[in-house]
Amino acid sequence: MLDSSADRAVGETSPVVSKRSQGLSDRAIAWLFVAPSIFLLLAVNIFPLIWTVRLSFTNFRVNRPNAEVQFVGLKNYISVLTDGDIWQTMQATAHFLIWTIVLQVLIGFALAYLINKKFRGNDLWTTVIVLPMMLSPAVVGNFWTFLYQPQIGLFNYAVGYLTGTDPSAFSMIGDVSLAPWAIVIVDTWMWTPFVMLICLAGLRSIPSSIYEAAECDRASKWRQFWTITIPMVLPFLMLAVLFRGIENFKMFDLVVQLTGGGPGSITELTSINLKREAFEKWRTGYASAYAVILFVTVFGLASIYVKALNKVKQR
Amino acid sequence: MSSYSVTEPSVRQKWAAGTLVVIYALITILPLLWIIATSFKSPSDAIAYPPKTVFQPTLEGYVNLFTTRTRATEQDLKELGEPNTWYDRIVRKDGFVIAGPSRFLERFSNSMIIGFGSTVLCIVLGTAAAYAFSRFKVPLKDDLLFFILSTRMMPPIAVAIPIFLMFRSLGLNDTHAGMILLYTAVNLSLAVWLLKGFIDEIPIEYEEAALIDGYTRFQAFYKVVLPQAMTGIASTAIFCLIFAWNEYAFAVLLTSGTAQTAPPFIPTIIGVGGQDWPAVAAGATLFLVPVMIFTIVLRKHLLRGITFGAVRK
Repeated sequence: MLDSSADRAVGETSPVVSKRSQGLSDRAIAWLFVAPSIFLLLAVNIFPLIWTVRLSFTNFRVNRPNAEVQFVGLKNYISVLTDGDIWQTMQATAHFLIWTIVLQVLIGFALAYLINKKFRGNDLWTTVIVLPMMLSPAVVGNFWTFLYQPQIGLFNYAVGYLTGTDPSAFSMIGDVSLAPWAIVIVDTWMWTPFVMLICLAGLRSIPSSIYEAAECDRASKWRQFWTITIPMVLPFLMLAVLFRGIENFKMFDLVVQLTGGGPGSITELTSINLKREAFEKWRTGYASAYAVILFVTVFGLASIYVKALNKVKQR
Repeated sequence: MSSYSVTEPSVRQKWAAGTLVVIYALITILPLLWIIATSFKSPSDAIAYPPKTVFQPTLEGYVNLFTTRTRATEQDLKELGEPNTWYDRIVRKDGFVIAGPSRFLERFSNSMIIGFGSTVLCIVLGTAAAYAFSRFKVPLKDDLLFFILSTRMMPPIAVAIPIFLMFRSLGLNDTHAGMILLYTAVNLSLAVWLLKGFIDEIPIEYEEAALIDGYTRFQAFYKVVLPQAMTGIASTAIFCLIFAWNEYAFAVLLTSGTAQTAPPFIPTIIGVGGQDWPAVAAGATLFLVPVMIFTIVLRKHLLRGITFGAVRK
């Protein structure tokens, strides 16, 4: 349907086209081509978002469709922001976010640096390393609960073998102090290759002539690393952090399958907490206000960060 | 190496770097190999201590994945006589009989239908939009492109409530059509950004030549641009397919029966007294191996795909 109408729009202009009529028909094609996508995004993304904002000012509950819906003003927002549990959730998210980013940046950069030494077979091993990244986080997260089993789990066995502790003496997902690290470990395992690939692109973008010039100036390798390599990879690294930051702020599937937010609510990240409010307690208005606050936070933080990123790029 | 270079790492450096990377790669691949190995273990081998690396391979996990079973007494088994098929034999060894097929095949085909359906729709819409953004002066182009990208920043749970309400009133809850539309919308931002990058790289001169030869704009699009963009379209399609395939949050919230995909289903596979790990591993293996193969096929475009075309090597 789209094709034929576009065809007609073009067919109507004569072969010997004046500049003006050609511009007009191009514009028609442009709109015909763009409109379906924009329409779909408006219907499935923006319309629900506006609906969320509207619901956030009401006391609507999905499980009570016949109850009278009242406008409650900012009440939902105030109760979200004054709820102590939410701040605990935010802390859990911050712990997860900071440690996954730190570990992934350090390990990812180190790996990229080593791979960039161009040893034989580096392509093959890079492909092996990136495999976990593309897999389903829910399915993989579920399987990691098996690896984390005390005694029979491979992870516990390996740690026990290497450190001499008893593999049945600790439970990564059952222990309050270990569970936050259990999710950090799996996320790092999965997403370090992402940071590595971006760093590798950064390292490969540095022309070797810069190092040759530095070598002529008798700059030490150490100095070259800090004054050439790091500054030139930095924009790439910051981009990787942006992607990981946004993704892990939204984190849901992996952690839900791994710990379900437990034990207690020690690994209950914001998305999991939100899901509980919306789809288990059915506090729709409250959950909508919560969702709006989260979205504004991500959007705000991301915009500030992108500004910083552009500054680094311009340098 | 033909000539001496100050930037070329020494042989010793290469060896050291290579060894470290190989060690990391082997550690990182171990959990994946463990999934595949567990799928061929018997339930008792799977939970043995210490973890078994050498074991008698069996297809029990796969049989349990595809069937539901009931416990039978020795009396019942005697009355049934000799098992007819190899999978009957495996099940009866543990004192069970096959009661019927499990829902795995259904969930797996749901994943395929929704994955491929949304990919096709996404590529059709995405290619058209990307071509327009790449070649024409679209008013507010940058704003529209940014708008398309920003839809990706939303946590899925945040829009799940109204989508749930909207789908309920349209009768789309728990249907293939609803999930296809939803996944298309989720992946469209990726498709438009990636495809725009690929189409930008095709020199505009080819089309101009075609236009001068009397092609219409549209003919130029599908006879000149599309064939050249094929590699880009194929890799974008694989990315859309993988993301739809892996999606969990919407699937678990909006589907429960007829349209449920495999990711919410696989973790719910339970056997006698807790999770049946060989069966879970078998489901995971069947689900993950195609993606691993696609990842290997895609390795040259991987970086571009995961960064929405921001980094292009």
